[in-house]
This record gives sequence, C-alpha cells and structure tokens, in this order.
Amino acid sequence: MDCCCNNSDLSLIMPVLDKYADTKGSLITILQHAQEIYGYLPTDVIYYIADRIGESPAKVMGVATFYSQFRLKPVGKYLIMLCQGTACHVNGSQKIEQAISDELGIADGETSDDGLFTLKNVACLGCCSLSPVMMINGETYGRLTPDKAKEILRTLKEKAKEE
Amino acid sequence: MRIVVGQGSCGIAAGASKVYDAIEALIPNTDSELTFTGCIGMCFLEPIVDIYDGKELIKRLVKVQPTDAEKIIAFINGDKNAVNDIEICDDDKAFLEKQTRIALRHCGLINPEKIDEYIADDGYAALKKVLTTMTPEDVIDEIKLSGLAGRGGAGFPTWFKWNAARQSQGEEKYLICNADEGDPGAFMDRAVIESDPHNLIEGMLIGAYAIGAKEAVVYVRAEYPLAIIRLEKAIEQAKEKGLLGQNILGTDFSCEMRIKAGAGAFVCGEETALIESLQGERGMPRLKPPFPAQSGYWYKPSNINNVETFANVAWIMLNGGSAFSAMGTENSKGTKVFALTGKIKKGGLVEIPMGKTLRDVIFDIGGGIKNDAQFKAVQMGGPSGGCIPAHLLDTVIDYKALGATGAIMGSGGMVVMDESTCMVSMAQFFLDFTTKESCGKCIHCRIGTKRMNEILNRIVKGEGKDGDIELLEELCYSIKDGALCGLGQTAPNPVLTTIKYFRNEYEAHINEKKCPAHSCTELISYTINPELCKGCTLCARKCPVSAITGELKSAHKIDNDKCIKCGACYNNCKFNAITMD
Ligand SMILES: Cc1cc2nc3c(=O)[nH]c(=O)nc-3n(C[C@H](O)[C@H](O)[C@H](O)COP(=O)(O)O)c2cc1C
Ligand code: FES
Repeated sequence: MDCCCNNSDLSLIMPVLDKYADTKGSLITILQHAQEIYGYLPTDVIYYIADRIGESPAKVMGVATFYSQFRLKPVGKYLIMLCQGTACHVNGSQKIEQAISDELGIADGETSDDGLFTLKNVACLGCCSLSPVMMINGETYGRLTPDKAKEILRTLKEKAKEE
Repeated sequence: MRIVVGQGSCGIAAGASKVYDAIEALIPNTDSELTFTGCIGMCFLEPIVDIYDGKELIKRLVKVQPTDAEKIIAFINGDKNAVNDIEICDDDKAFLEKQTRIALRHCGLINPEKIDEYIADDGYAALKKVLTTMTPEDVIDEIKLSGLAGRGGAGFPTWFKWNAARQSQGEEKYLICNADEGDPGAFMDRAVIESDPHNLIEGMLIGAYAIGAKEAVVYVRAEYPLAIIRLEKAIEQAKEKGLLGQNILGTDFSCEMRIKAGAGAFVCGEETALIESLQGERGMPRLKPPFPAQSGYWYKPSNINNVETFANVAWIMLNGGSAFSAMGTENSKGTKVFALTGKIKKGGLVEIPMGKTLRDVIFDIGGGIKNDAQFKAVQMGGPSGGCIPAHLLDTVIDYKALGATGAIMGSGGMVVMDESTCMVSMAQFFLDFTTKESCGKCIHCRIGTKRMNEILNRIVKGEGKDGDIELLEELCYSIKDGALCGLGQTAPNPVLTTIKYFRNEYEAHINEKKCPAHSCTELISYTINPELCKGCTLCARKCPVSAITGELKSAHKIDNDKCIKCGACYNNCKFNAITMD
C-alpha cells in the first residue's frame, strides 16, 4: 500500500476545506470535491482532510471505502461506467463487458496499460429503455451491441492519439 | 411556431443534443423559436421533436436524426409534407393516450429550466392556496382524504407520516426527499426531476409546511448529474421569485432547500441509512424505532418521502383529495408511474390509475414483447421484489394484489423478460447485487446473502446439489426474520418468487445440468448435425479455441472439452447445422 508520500498538491483542496471543514456532516461533500480535483483520493489528501476536520484518518477512510463513487487509485483518461442494472442485464450487458474486455484487455475496476481506459461496472444509469448502456466521461451511449461498443472505444483511442 | 426537442438523459443519450444543435444552426432563417423539454416518457421513440403552433401541438416527430433538421425547417417554412416520414404513427400515439398523468403531468410539455412555464401551467398555485387558506392540519386531512401512499416502495400512508412528524415535539424539524432511486431498472424519479423540478419543489414545500419544517434536503443519487443540475437551477429560480427562503409568498412560512448528492450505495435508499449518509457517515441503517418522525436527521423529527410521492401533492391540493382517491382500488388510490423496460417493444414511462392489470401495461400500452417472443415474467420491485409469471398477468396493480404474488409494487421498475431469460440466473443476478450492496452491519444480511449467492452460483454453473432448493428456502426465511433493515428483509424475494413459479428451472439446472432458457453458458453444449453440415469450414475458422475440426466438404465435429461455449459457430453457421442444447 502506498504511504502518505503521494506528494499531492494540498493547496488545491484548501479552499474546499475552508468552506466545509467546520460544517458538521460535510465529509462526503469534501471527499466528492477532493476526487473532482485529484481524479481520485490520494492517501496524503485523506490524511490532510482528517486532520482539518478533526477526525481520525481511519474514519475518513471508512467513509471513502463505503461508497462506490470514491476511488483510491488514479483512473484512466476515459472512465467507462458500464451499466449492469436489471434492464441492461436482461438485454445483454455481459456481452458488452466481454467486448470491452476483449478490446482493452481490462476487467471491472482495472485500467488499461496505456492509461487511457478504466472500466467500472455500475448499477443503472437511469437510461434503462436504451439498454444496454454505458457512460464514458459523462456522455451516455445507448442501444449498444458488442461491435458498437468496440467501435466507440476505437474512436476514443484515435481521438486520444491525435491530442 | 415553436420547435421543442425532448432532452431528458435518455433523449440526450439517443442523440437529442445533436438534433438540437442541427436545428439551431438553421433556425435563424425562420421566425420560429427553438427550445427544449424534459422526458416525455416515450423512450423507444427518442429523439423526439415536437412542433407547436401557439399552444397546439401540430406535429410530433420521432427517432429524429440531425440530418432531419432541414426537413423540419422546410416544414415550418410551409412545406406541409416535409416531415411525413418521421411523424409519430397512431399506434405509438396510443402509448400516451392510454395513460393518466398526474405525477408526470408536465413532463415533456414544459421547459424544466424555465420557472415561468411551470407557473403558467398552474405552477405554485397549490402552494399559494395552502399557505394562504389552509392550516397544516387541513393539508394533512386533505392528503388523508386522497389516500396517497408512499411511492418509494413500502406504500405507507403519507398523511400518517406527516402527522407523526407534525405531532413530534421540537422546533427544529426536517423534510427530506429520497431521490436515491436505487432499483436498477427504474427511472421515474429521474424523469420527474429532469422534466418538472418545480413540481417536486412545490410538493416538498407543502410537506414542509404541513410538518413544520424550515429546512428541506433532496438526496439525489450520484449517477444522475443532469437531474442535479436542473434541480439546482430550479431552486435558484424559486428563490428569486420568493417561493423559497424567508417569508414565502409574503406569509410567515419560511423554508430553505438544498441538494445533497449521494455517493453510490444502494442501501442509502433506506431512510435511516440515507439520514446517516446525509450526516456524512457510512450509510448504515439505524434500528427502528425510533422512527425518523421522532428522531431523524441530526436526531430531530424528520419526514422522508419519495420523489413521486411529492410529485402528486400539488395536484391533490389543487384538485382535492377526493379527486385523487376517485381513481384506483379499495386499498390503492391514485395513479402509479412505471418504468417499463427489458424485452418490451415500447419501453418508457407509463402512468396509469391503480387497478389496471399488468397485462394492460405490458401488452396494451407497452405493445408486447420485443420480436414477438413469448412473455415469461415481469420483475417488479427490483432487488426487493420478485418475478411475476405469465399466468398472473391479469393481476391488478394494487399494493395488496401485487404483494400476494410474492413480488411488491416497489418504486415502479417493471423489467419484462422473455423465454431467453433464465430465472435462476436472474435470481443469482439480484443476490449478487444485494451481496455487494449489503452494508455489513447485521450478520443475517452480510453472511446470509453471501451464502445464498454462492449456492445460486453453483447452480448456474451446473454444480447444484440435491437439497440446494430447500437450503435456499431455509436461508430465505431466516434472513427475512433476522435482517436489520429492509434491504436484508426483502433480499430473498427474488429467490423465493423464482422458486415458487419456476421451480422446474431450478430442478433442470440441478438434476439434468441443463438451462432451459439456454442462457447459462456453462450448461450449454453445441453439436454439429452431420446431415446438415456441408463442410464449409466457416465454423472451424470462427472458433476462437480451435475446438472444431473437419475436412473441407465433410461434416465437422466439436470437441466439447475444448469448447468455451462462446456460440460463434452457432451464430455463423449458414446451414443451421449446429444445435444448442
Ligand atoms: C434497501 C432499500 C432501498 C430503498 N431505496 C429507496 C429508493 O431508492 N427510493 C425511495 O424513495 N425509497 C427507497 N426505499 C424506501 C425508503 O426507505 C422509504 O420507505 C421511502 O423513501 C419513504 O418514502 P415514501 O413513503 O414516500 O415512499 C428503500 C428501502 C430499502 C429498504
Ligand atoms: S438498467 Fe441499465 S440504465 Fe437502468
């Protein structure tokens, strides 16, 4: 496990803490902002937050690990949230997962070697009638087939290359 | 004329923003106005574009592509036939015409980001009536008369909860809206917030007035970013108009409202877990009693209702409780919204009066099963609910009648399945879900669901044993009795209902190692019929693990030890020579 020497720039989270540290019940909100800033929750940031709100790091860690939104490791440039909700399941989301795995060589929770893609299974994106569905960096793709999913990933790969 | 593009999350996912952009590029050449609305609920036809002349809808265009923008412009410029090929057909129009919309009454009709459009359609009139002519007790009486019951799943009478919170001692009280919408396969709460956020705000304000709360919180699940944005805008606009904050509408009623984004945990839909989460803690349920009405958020009297529950409130105040209770059955009043999905022809949002049958919803409104396959079951209530089989399709939609099947009304998810869905694997899917989502506080749920999931996993892999069904049933009953919160208490329902109605499928998996739906890969075997095989070699070339051998122009063979059951041969054979068993 990495210790607290991630060397994150703690000044980035200071304004958030200035605003929320003294408001009781704000821990989840603070963690959400932290993840938005750093892309994940680095250990040194967790220690810093704990210190500022006057709680133990274990407590902050306990909350961070309870909710599926929080990540303790960096993610790829593209975060693929693949829906595994009931409607998507009935309409073949496993085949989409297989196609993504085939195309990128990653399973749920993993990041591709080139650092471009992270796959995360989620339960229902609320677009059930377009199932199977996935969301990549906020954009939703519906009515997927294995081939369509692969094609979307290839387009993103191309786009990343050009940038 | 006015062109309105439907832009709920699902419309956008289907390409509505691109359609909007394409029309926007051309609109300066016309004297028409371009705007957008939320979700009209006909998801199977998205993207949808409506054209209005004044208040009258003159054309509804469906499955619109960005390339159709020119046709639309041609139409508004006078070419009457320009859009005929993308106009909605009568059969699809019936999808909406057969509904009775109360909670969804503005959805798809107004611009959710413009408070004036809501106000023009009787918006905030109920709040005004309540604050200026009714006491909190009058409000509670009216809700009692309406028979409104909680739409979040349990169906508890709303007036009772409001009254308990009202009667509770203490100055500081909270009103909370549960917009966690955890049932994977349900999306009506999202649609209400994205399409008609002011209706939610108005319903909540009336609730806050009734119980005496000065602060209201909406707990929205993290997966709904658009809903959060639209609700934030709506709250801002309501504040500007003096409809939220201090001395609302010039009365001495004051109430603040804010949003709290969830962080992804199904159990946080349970009201006491939700409160823990609001307090910034791990979302673990509290032991009840005390109920939130006595000790809730920050241990103060609190009332929690679901989005759809609140979405009915303003209508009830304007039209009277008896107008609401005139619809429905003996014990279930008003309407209910369902999210119809799965193997259904016309998936979307359906709001109908209680008392209609499942068949009405699935076949009459939903158009039946995709590809005209055979209906097998409908799943209601998600991980807390169950699967209702074909012979019970005439069950009426009513809390009691649905409960009697072993399923529940639930929050409104209705996932339709056809003969290709394996019911054992469906049960395993839900147990896998509850195992992962169990918060771990109580042993029955934490370990019980895990053991059940292991057994089901074994069965779908063909390793089921004699006695597994009985063992599952035993676990089900003890988890139901022993679990702390609703998550554990209802987790066995998907298993119990599938055993009750599809026991033969369990037996086939366990005894014959067969999956009748041909869905569990480990139990499928492929064989090549030598009579039909022409020896074209296609299957051998498609097989990723070289399990198929044979000479050109002579019958091929599959080595079942090597076969990984991917189905590539079966899907590619041009002579139907491969059978799946
Ligand atoms: C595991 C679990 C998950 C729940 N999820 C939700 C949910 O997502 N939305 C909801 O409104 N109610 C949910 N409920 C029900 C709530 O606990 C509560 O009964 C409801 O919000 C009360 O509102 P109502 O009376 O208006 O239905 C859930 C209950 C349990 C046990
Ligand atoms: S089940 Fe996949 S979006 Fe709802």
